[in-house]
Amino acid sequence: MSGGLLFDFTIFVLSVLVGFEVISKVPATLHTPLMSGANSIHGVVLVGAILITAGATGPVGYLIGFVATAFAAANVVGGYVVTDRMLQMFRARRRPEPAAAAATERTSAGQGS
Amino acid sequence: MRSFETALHLVYLAAATCFVLGLHMMNSPASARRGNLLSAGGMAAAVLAALVAVVRHGAGTGVGAVVLVAGLAVGGLGGLYAARSVQMTAMPQLVSLFNAVGGGAAALLAINDALHAGSHGLGRSIAVAVGLDVIIGSVTFTGSLVAAGKLQGIVPGKPIVFPGSRVVNAVLVATFLTGAGLLVADQSNRLALAMLALAALAFGVTMVLPIGGADMPVVISLLNAFTGTAVAMAGFVIGNTVLIIAGALVGASGGILTKLMADAMNRSIMNIIVGGFGTGDGGPATVVAGGVQVREVAVDDVAIQLAYASKVIIVPGYGLAAAQAQHEVAELAQLLERRGIEVSYGIHPVAGRMPGHMNVLLAEANVPYPLLKEMEEINPEFGRTDVALVVGANDVTNPAARRSGTAISGMPILDVDHAKSVIVIKRSMGHGYAGIDNELYTAPNTGMFFADAKAGLAGLTAAVKTLVG
Repeated sequence: MSGGLLFDFTIFVLSVLVGFEVISKVPATLHTPLMSGANSIHGVVLVGAILITAGATGPVGYLIGFVATAFAAANVVGGYVVTDRMLQMFRARRRPEPAAAAATERTSAGQGS
Repeated sequence: MRSFETALHLVYLAAATCFVLGLHMMNSPASARRGNLLSAGGMAAAVLAALVAVVRHGAGTGVGAVVLVAGLAVGGLGGLYAARSVQMTAMPQLVSLFNAVGGGAAALLAINDALHAGSHGLGRSIAVAVGLDVIIGSVTFTGSLVAAGKLQGIVPGKPIVFPGSRVVNAVLVATFLTGAGLLVADQSNRLALAMLALAALAFGVTMVLPIGGADMPVVISLLNAFTGTAVAMAGFVIGNTVLIIAGALVGASGGILTKLMADAMNRSIMNIIVGGFGTGDGGPATVVAGGVQVREVAVDDVAIQLAYASKVIIVPGYGLAAAQAQHEVAELAQLLERRGIEVSYGIHPVAGRMPGHMNVLLAEANVPYPLLKEMEEINPEFGRTDVALVVGANDVTNPAARRSGTAISGMPILDVDHAKSVIVIKRSMGHGYAGIDNELYTAPNTGMFFADAKAGLAGLTAAVKTLVG
């Protein structure tokens, strides 16, 4: 192993330990957003996809670069947006019901009966 | 140049810090959203820094730039559309799909590197990382696609087992390990690379196919951890620390989460992967063994009990998620609350189609999160509860788990049977995925209300309304 690789390996091991520590405290309520949020974080592979696409020189390289970039970009953008959509629904109090609820597809029929 | 490299590195470090702090802020619902935004901000910084580095470096070709922009646009818009339009009940499929593309991208990074091995030659330890990245990334890619297909109902949720599947799996594993070994020995060996990638892709399919729909949440969580690990390996391959840190973070967190889920179902992860007995929802109706009678109750009886109770606990499960009845249950609960009845929800850690999924569905139905109680918190309250309303939950309420010698012995359960009266809304007497009778259903204080969760709850709401005006 070269010095650089050994350094990378050290970072890897320490990050694994941080991952254990940070996660083991999250309440079950938030496990789905958490999984989705963690999912977006591994979209950081986009950084790598950008670097290899920029360095590509032949058709095979372009193809791999395109697919990798598209995949990773979908992972990043979709992951964060959907996690935010979920988390904005978690509220300590009820949202005000009537007028604003018109935006959702559910009708608030039968309120008066 | 030197100072630019330093700046780039510092931006990556800042991004990694944002990821860790962001995940940490997901500890509580109050700060979770800000945590996710912080993490997204870190990601944006890292991606921008990479783009700046690419432009500044100026090594790429014009075609490369066009390909890059096209890839970003196609992927970004596709991801945005999927994230905006998805139904909350379909969340597990989408997470699985994003997982698949992340794993695929990680595998492609390594494949690209290996293809260039002839020219600049990889080190042997880098070749190990390439091998691991391709294996894990490819298995995750096809495995997650199959998992998403199962959850969406495109692929049958039942375990698909064919004769000799274990042998096929063993052969595939042997093939990709051999491929990896050959690649480490000779990094320009294209055949080894192909063997490795194809066998790993096939293994992803054959690994997930025999796993039942009910176990999919655990599998998705596991595959999420795999993708993280694959991304970390990709970081080793291209020598990028932010990939290593973020990947390791996700790999570790995904691993912990998977273990928590498996523990909540009293299964080992190995047992889930190898076992393949999760039959998913809605087995055929079966007669209760030993001729024990269940007490069937009508909608009006249930409505009376609910309307005149002082404390009600709702226990939602997989059936409620499958029937998409979260709005109906919230409506009934709100009606009861307006009558001054104390209503809370008892959520088992694995209720729904992924851990915490039930909380998302109920949040969507506008239920405030303080009403959602975790198992340890709600269990002591059943004793002073008038009515426990079980909607589409089965094994997680079975008192048989407290005895030894049953299929679910030792599984943590909700102590629903301690309530004065128990109402179970269920379509039929079908079994849960454990395939055993639920002793709760034959208990003297339990009434069975046979109905589809959505229709049954709507009927109950209507009945309570007519009853109390």
